[in-house]
Amino acid sequence: MSDETGTGSGDNARSLSMIVTKGSLDWAYPPFILATTAAAMGLNVSMFFTFYGLTLLKKKLDTKVTTLGNPAMEMPMLGTHLQMPNMLAALPGASALTTAMMKKVIAGKNIASIEELREAALAADVTLIACQMTMDMFDYGLDDLIDGPELGGAATYIETALESDINLFI
Amino acid sequence: MTETLLDARGLNCPMPVLRASKRVKELPAGATLRVLTTDPGSVKDFAAFCRQTGNELLESTEGEDGYAFLIRRAG
Repeated sequence: MSDETGTGSGDNARSLSMIVTKGSLDWAYPPFILATTAAAMGLNVSMFFTFYGLTLLKKKLDTKVTTLGNPAMEMPMLGTHLQMPNMLAALPGASALTTAMMKKVIAGKNIASIEELREAALAADVTLIACQMTMDMFDYGLDDLIDGPELGGAATYIETALESDINLFI
Repeated sequence: MTETLLDARGLNCPMPVLRASKRVKELPAGATLRVLTTDPGSVKDFAAFCRQTGNELLESTEGEDGYAFLIRRAG
């Protein structure tokens, strides 16, 4: 048991492990918000980035959001909520437009950016693991990623998950 | 014991709890931190934060400007 309350060190600390499989702007928020908050509450946190989630470890983040496959997307506009039709995604430049709109909403509401949350995760000693298979598949090297992530495979994740109190697939 | 103030007004989840957690760790045992927020979700969040970290939530109030929490660092 450590003297410092809430640091999560010692055998009594609980833990959260998550697999992060998506890399779009909307899907990037839940893992980083949960990870940083759990760390702030004294949990040991481990995030395993695989498939498109791996792009969240890139040095320069360039996340996007689309209306395609997001029929529940409604944007606060013109004093109401406007539903974004899936068809919108078929127009050229639609993804860039939706991303710009989303980023504007985020900045306007003073919500932390993904970069900020990622920084906070690193500062809170959240363990970041980059999926080796994904790196091989998409030809990423450690130089493409920020400093900090370890490399791991499925067995690494399974062991971490076995030892964790909370396991999330995002 | 001196009281430290953290003005987290205007910040949205998860920032108020993140900032408070950091500040609380810097305090000596028994010292208090007063946190001001405007985020309505922070009311339950700070109660949960204190329950899980063992820090004491001395006060949780709502006013015109938002919410105020008084946290005592355990130790």
